[in-house]
Amino acid sequence: MESLTLTDVEQKYYSDLFVYCDTDNTKKVASNGKVLDLFRAAQLPSEVVLQITELCGATRLGHFGRSQFYIALKLIAVAQSGLPLRVESLNSVKDLPLPRFVVAKNEQEARHTAMYPDLENQGPYQGVIPRPPGRGQVKKVSAHEVIQPCVPTPDTTSPVVSPHQSPPTSPHAWRKHKRQASGGNVERPAVVVAGAVWTPFREAQSGPVVVGDGMWSAHSPPPVQESWVSLKDTYPPSSSKMPPMHLSPVQENSSIRTVASVTTANEIQRQSSSSYDDPWKITDEQRQYYINQFKTIQPDLNGFIPGSAAKEFFTKSKLPILELSHIWELSDFDKDGALTLDEFCAAFHLVVARKNGYDLPEKLPESLMPKLIDLDDSAEVPDQAPDVGYSGSPVEVTPNKSPMPSLNQTWPDLNQGNEQWETFSERSSSSQTLTQFDSNIAPADPDTAIVHPVPIRMTPSKIHMQEMELKRTGSDHTHPTSPLMAKPPELSEETKLATSMKFVTANSGDGYSSSDSYTSDQDPITSVVTRQRSKGGGCPPPPPPRPNASHSRSSSLDMNRNFAAHPAGPQQSGVVACPPAIPPRPLPTQTSGPHSGHRSDEGLAAHSTTSPQQIPEQPNFADFSQFQAFAASDQPSDNGEKHPESLPVEKSTEGAGPLRTVKIDNQEERAAATVNSAKGSIMAPPPKPVRRRLKSEDELQDETLPPKSNVIATVLATLPSIPRSVGKDKKAIQASIRRNKETNTVLARLNSELQQQLKDLLEERISLEVQLEQLRPFSHL
Amino acid sequence: MAVCIAVIAKENYPLYIRSVPVQNELKFHYTVHTSLDVVEEKISAVGKAMADQRELYLGLLYPTEDYKVYPSHMIIVYYTPVCIFFLLIENILLYRHTRYGYVTNSKVKFVIVVDSSNTSLRDNEIRSMFRKLHNSFTDVMCNPFYNPGDTIQSKAFDSMVSAMMVQAS
Repeated sequence: MESLTLTDVEQKYYSDLFVYCDTDNTKKVASNGKVLDLFRAAQLPSEVVLQITELCGATRLGHFGRSQFYIALKLIAVAQSGLPLRVESLNSVKDLPLPRFVVAKNEQEARHTAMYPDLENQGPYQGVIPRPPGRGQVKKVSAHEVIQPCVPTPDTTSPVVSPHQSPPTSPHAWRKHKRQASGGNVERPAVVVAGAVWTPFREAQSGPVVVGDGMWSAHSPPPVQESWVSLKDTYPPSSSKMPPMHLSPVQENSSIRTVASVTTANEIQRQSSSSYDDPWKITDEQRQYYINQFKTIQPDLNGFIPGSAAKEFFTKSKLPILELSHIWELSDFDKDGALTLDEFCAAFHLVVARKNGYDLPEKLPESLMPKLIDLDDSAEVPDQAPDVGYSGSPVEVTPNKSPMPSLNQTWPDLNQGNEQWETFSERSSSSQTLTQFDSNIAPADPDTAIVHPVPIRMTPSKIHMQEMELKRTGSDHTHPTSPLMAKPPELSEETKLATSMKFVTANSGDGYSSSDSYTSDQDPITSVVTRQRSKGGGCPPPPPPRPNASHSRSSSLDMNRNFAAHPAGPQQSGVVACPPAIPPRPLPTQTSGPHSGHRSDEGLAAHSTTSPQQIPEQPNFADFSQFQAFAASDQPSDNGEKHPESLPVEKSTEGAGPLRTVKIDNQEERAAATVNSAKGSIMAPPPKPVRRRLKSEDELQDETLPPKSNVIATVLATLPSIPRSVGKDKKAIQASIRRNKETNTVLARLNSELQQQLKDLLEERISLEVQLEQLRPFSHL
Repeated sequence: MAVCIAVIAKENYPLYIRSVPVQNELKFHYTVHTSLDVVEEKISAVGKAMADQRELYLGLLYPTEDYKVYPSHMIIVYYTPVCIFFLLIENILLYRHTRYGYVTNSKVKFVIVVDSSNTSLRDNEIRSMFRKLHNSFTDVMCNPFYNPGDTIQSKAFDSMVSAMMVQAS
């Protein structure tokens, strides 16, 4: 017998085919019938087939042994390449494409039934396959089952091989369950070498050949899992053997699998109408599993897993660091060094796929992208198909997105499919950028804002609610304290981000509302700010995400109305937010103010300090200038004087309109007046945030920073204009006034201390820079 | 238009070097190495440690220089007379390469060698190339599986660099 050297790919392919033909499972002799069918499927003239059988020695032996079979396959490949059939060509031909087999439909069916018994044999292997990706499972099965002789470890699977490795069982499984038009997908894994035979089957089946369970839908993973699951039912749940990729308990997997079987069956039936499979789609059970894993690292499902924790976790999967690095690159969608739940699921899915031998895609598959994107896009991931499907065997049947009506259309459809995929991939890549915005809105972690110019809303709903509450409860200064206190960090963060856009002056409510109003305008600024903020590193934590995505500029008025009611409003920290040009203000000091119960004062102070640097981008800017005029003219005097001023301010603070609606006590009015007077030249801070503060503070920063009070003053001015007097008791008003005054003084003191600190720090910095200059010549030596 | 792109770590060892005409890779390595001195000189001249891109961009490191001159001298030492003839031919080719430098705050240097035989790239284009490089490099850094100091093996980084080089040639 001629010696035969096979490449790894060929080896695997031939092994699969051999097993396929080896219905008796003797591993030595292939039945003639199957083999002949196979050869017929090679679409070679019969005399060539005869010649091949002669050459390989089968005629001598009367049956096909493994070596004969391999030789025959190789000769088929030679013949299909158009080369003359020679024994010498067996080893001399390099880079011979794998033999292609095309099978007719009926043959498939026949084979299905014939193969069914083979499924039994392969049942036990299923357990070995880790559950998560259906494809992976399929692959694993094949790896274990068919490719016994030459099974490459999943991790070492060559790119060519991995897609090709379709477990013999899978075709069986498919046939057993259903041949769907989606043939492509299911079969993408099947496209393996061994799948060469089956892929044609599948192709053929793509036609509406629904057999058996009809479980097979366009989804390859679910169907595959399905098949596995169903097979698993028949066989002892070897699922427990699943190699624990991570800490997950095996039992969990098996239990999930059983559940999955039911669900996937339903899912498959449901999805039978979909025309293509998505091999990267995460099924529900998989997702649940991933979520559980996520929880073990990060209990908060909306939180992030930091890079280091993720690194440890995924390192346990024993994948090479290079691949893990690539997986990270793919799954860290927003490039922030941390994984959200979606990113984590995607990464986990990729790790599982890789462990099962699937190649990593070059780009993140659509179905693995963060959920904010339209994940249910049934379009198959284009790059997937090329990566996985086409790597190698010409027989490779790339999964077709569209059902293949008939066998005849198999090849042309494939080609079309490729193009479609490519276009999809382009689209998906472009859509990535689009979707990033959405993805940033949802995540709670403000870090995501670092990368994307996402307009961050300063209107957390809970703050809103609180403000509403405060509003309703009247002008009790102390009341808002608690909610406000709780919110200062958020406010400060949010305001920080919003500063550039909105001159948010620490008024949480106002800040938020104003930020809302300016959101649309400020997006670029926000992004810049956020970028700077994030780059700054030392900046206080960015504001929390905005829950109210629906607020628009027009609705900001409503927000303002709500916010205006709050006397103390979450102003304080908002002001602390640093405008891009200003180094971050030490938040804690700022936030400590609120604890004293005088957030508003603090907020105002911060507000005033930051306001000058805020970029006047808002449409209301013109209004602010009015405010400025006001502020300049303000005199720290009694509130009464402010009323006239407030009127014009009122106009500008139409955003502050809501403020008016806020229940404004006399004290508020007074506060507004005083603030107005006190504030000097505050530039353009949004009146809304100021408003709130004005409410609570009477004389806020009269002594502190006149500029700060500018906006506040204007806002306050608006307050008086509002005929709010809810009829508060004079005593209550006076009491609140007193409280406000105290708060004011405390904040003012705080402010001056901070100013002093700032000066000291600046001096230190200058000295350090000088030292650096001196040392620099030595640093480069 | 880049023919060679190099990322050099703070300690002046290369993290990533890629050049388009593969056969001249060694030459480019020399080029980049010599340009490191210029980079150092420029860094010390700057004086401030600001994270401003204006200052990060060092600009043209060398005036247009005939890169062939330098290496060919060296090669002659090792080549037989037969090869010298070949080298002479090489000298005839006057490739001019300009180098641009860019240093980050963490003293990681990027060097781009462009072929100035084509129309020179505008300064803004070079800056944009550096910006892209820097962004990709940051992404690589963000990867927790990347240990600073390792050679960069990120596929995304590779593809970005290839795009920059392919566009040139």
